[in-house]
Amino acid sequence: MDRTNNSNHDVPFSYVSLPIGPHEDEAPVESRGKWKARPVVFCGLLVLVSLVAFNGYKGSNGNITTLTSNEDLKQKTIPSHKWKPVSRGVSAGVSEKSNRLFTKSNNIGGMLFPWNNTMLAWQRTAFHFQPEENWMNDPNGPLYYKGWYHFFYQYNPNGAFWGDIVWGHAVSRDLIHWIHLPLAMVADEWYDQNGVWTGSATILPNGDIIMLYTGATDALVQVQNLAYPADLSDPLLIDWIKYPKNPVLVPPPEIEVYDFRDPTTAWLTSQGKWRISIGSKMNKTGIALVYDTKDFKTFERIEGILHAVPKTGMWECVDFFPVSTKLDIGLDTSARGDDVKYVMKVSLDDDRHDYYALGTYDENGVDFVPDDTNKDVGTGLRYDYGVFYASKTFYDQSKERRVLWSWIGESDSEDADVAKGWASLMGIPRTIVFDKKTGSNLLQWPVEEVERLRMKRCKFHNEKVMPGSVVLLNIGSASQLDIEAEFNIDKKDIEKIKQTNEEYNCETSGGAANRGALGPFGLLVLADEGLSEYTPIYFYVVKGSNGNLKTSFCSDQSRSSLATDVDKSIFGSTVPVLEGEKLSLRILVDHSIVESFAQGGRTCVTSRVYPTTAIYENAQLFLFNNATEATVTASLNVWHMNSAFINDKQVKLKS
Amino acid sequence: MTNFKPLALTIIFCFFVSSHCTIIIPKNNNGNLIQQTCKQTPNYEICIQYLKSDPRSSDADITGLALIMVDIIKSKANTTLNKINQLIKKKQEPSQKEALNSCAGRYKAILVADVPKSVAALKQGDPKFAEDGANDAAVEATTCENGFKGKSPLSNENIAMHDVAAITAAIVKQLL
Repeated sequence: MDRTNNSNHDVPFSYVSLPIGPHEDEAPVESRGKWKARPVVFCGLLVLVSLVAFNGYKGSNGNITTLTSNEDLKQKTIPSHKWKPVSRGVSAGVSEKSNRLFTKSNNIGGMLFPWNNTMLAWQRTAFHFQPEENWMNDPNGPLYYKGWYHFFYQYNPNGAFWGDIVWGHAVSRDLIHWIHLPLAMVADEWYDQNGVWTGSATILPNGDIIMLYTGATDALVQVQNLAYPADLSDPLLIDWIKYPKNPVLVPPPEIEVYDFRDPTTAWLTSQGKWRISIGSKMNKTGIALVYDTKDFKTFERIEGILHAVPKTGMWECVDFFPVSTKLDIGLDTSARGDDVKYVMKVSLDDDRHDYYALGTYDENGVDFVPDDTNKDVGTGLRYDYGVFYASKTFYDQSKERRVLWSWIGESDSEDADVAKGWASLMGIPRTIVFDKKTGSNLLQWPVEEVERLRMKRCKFHNEKVMPGSVVLLNIGSASQLDIEAEFNIDKKDIEKIKQTNEEYNCETSGGAANRGALGPFGLLVLADEGLSEYTPIYFYVVKGSNGNLKTSFCSDQSRSSLATDVDKSIFGSTVPVLEGEKLSLRILVDHSIVESFAQGGRTCVTSRVYPTTAIYENAQLFLFNNATEATVTASLNVWHMNSAFINDKQVKLKS
Repeated sequence: MTNFKPLALTIIFCFFVSSHCTIIIPKNNNGNLIQQTCKQTPNYEICIQYLKSDPRSSDADITGLALIMVDIIKSKANTTLNKINQLIKKKQEPSQKEALNSCAGRYKAILVADVPKSVAALKQGDPKFAEDGANDAAVEATTCENGFKGKSPLSNENIAMHDVAAITAAIVKQLL
């Protein structure tokens, strides 16, 4: 298979390669037999192992040259053509709103990439929540009850695309290992006949569980309905009852009947009433309506709105919760006090992104005021700069933490989704805390339970990566990984660089192919050895006009796959890096999802990646440094991740 | 006095023209909505042509116009799929056959997934899924076209599908 579109392509085995059998230029599927001959991976040993791996490059006679000193560490420079996209997919230059649409682009000589079952089967994740088959979207009503984490979700039982929506249900002891249960709610009433849509749970002090959810009625009106468990003594909460007098809320007269959905978890007011918010819009201004209730059966519309921001469009999946400014724990949704700030979060229908703002909440005035009006709800910070939508938090009272769930959609074609029989994932649940160091953003981090999946660890210490080079990390197959890495740029390099007015924007940057003085550098995930497919996760540092460094963190899908029908955007944002901090990242690789976190979760990027070649044993991990001036030193821990065996459990319940 | 002649003539001319203008205004008073909607799509003329060819457009709101376009996606997908199936039956080079089979899958996906979800999304009031459906239809058509090594026997159909899908997505966008 021709891996490049350049006629004088460099011999691929000039790269530092694994000490395996003779490398041959053949299609990866056929080369699987050869990979079996590979010696056992030297994992768990320290510097010596990495030296051996990096130095063991192969000549054509099959000998491995083992070198022992750092000076002999041969890093490969990567020919520039390897950085340019081979095939135009959906490119970064197209705005995200229309990013699935591209003009009849260069026909690359009839390169057909029919998705075969091998490629498609690889895409399923090992430790991310997903049903056995079919379509999923928004997370619904997450809660912790009697020792079990409950998770509900928008589900289509009939196909791998949105439609016929009902509530799926699953339970877990640890947010990682899930057991699928029967559907919690289906569309069997007139008030949810056209959709049992998104909702949230409220746990009352007496232990009652309230579920408020949106129904699309038989007349296609969006209403809010009440449901509750049939039997609170059942910790699995299998059966649910819909309140016979539903709906409990209908659209107010000034709101369109199709702009009224996704009720929040309720919080207690100082009057002792329960308060909820529901997102909507007036013309193009996104708004959050407010209702009070004592019993969740009758509601009182509160005058005014919790917040509004012009030009943001419809606010879906509103979430509103307090965070502690002093402690690294979560707070109950009703908490209040001096050391408390509020987070208002919305999902913007217009651009499919989740935004949040930190601010203060005036209960009497029913007013959320953002700390920074330049970074208001819908115009400022995002939870995640990649594929991440309809997210929702809940308070986990068992561990005193606030946990965030999010829907991660597909970035491939419907044809592939139908062929593989499923679509969508949930991100790994994340804890949310206030970033005390910056004071102006949240920190998100995968829940600690995911670390229980870590198996053998490969450690690399102070690997120097020269400008313009790529280093294969000898860790074995790389489809299920947890990576923690730190990077340091040589101070001398930073000092001698000129200041610049450059404003780096991941999305329009052209990705890791475009070299700057101090970036990009980072890791290539889901990369095949010949680098025909790879996904750079990287930092890009700019020395600004006052000598200050500004750092961006990006995930570049432009060369993630040879397929032409997948999204190839570049995602990312700037990330605050404080004085004295090293650049640090964490990446969870789980087949077709990559979740990346910079600086402890200040900036997060989730991507969907669909390689055709860099799959199974061919998926590898590289360090890279494509900066022109900076030498970068990297230290990493790479863990292989076990499966969570989510879809292996069949729960048979007596009917 | 001679000065007034041109003015008088002008005034008379204006009355004449304006009275004609009232005759020229079309009876269909939804034409304005169709025009406004189509102006915000990538191809105004094709948009107008498709919408006006469907009698339901005369009293449709934007959601209704979007549904009309989705219907057009559906009928074009059906026609194209029939043509693909006819072509597959004929003797073909292996690579051509492979491309045709792939195209069949793509157009089936439009019919099985994109169209139903777009219709449901528009009717039930969560239009973003219809935007996704329309965008995907364009991707399927373009990917089908790019799969042919030699000349594509489906260029007209693929280009048409792409254009219709792009217009549909742009109309749905106005609902968000």
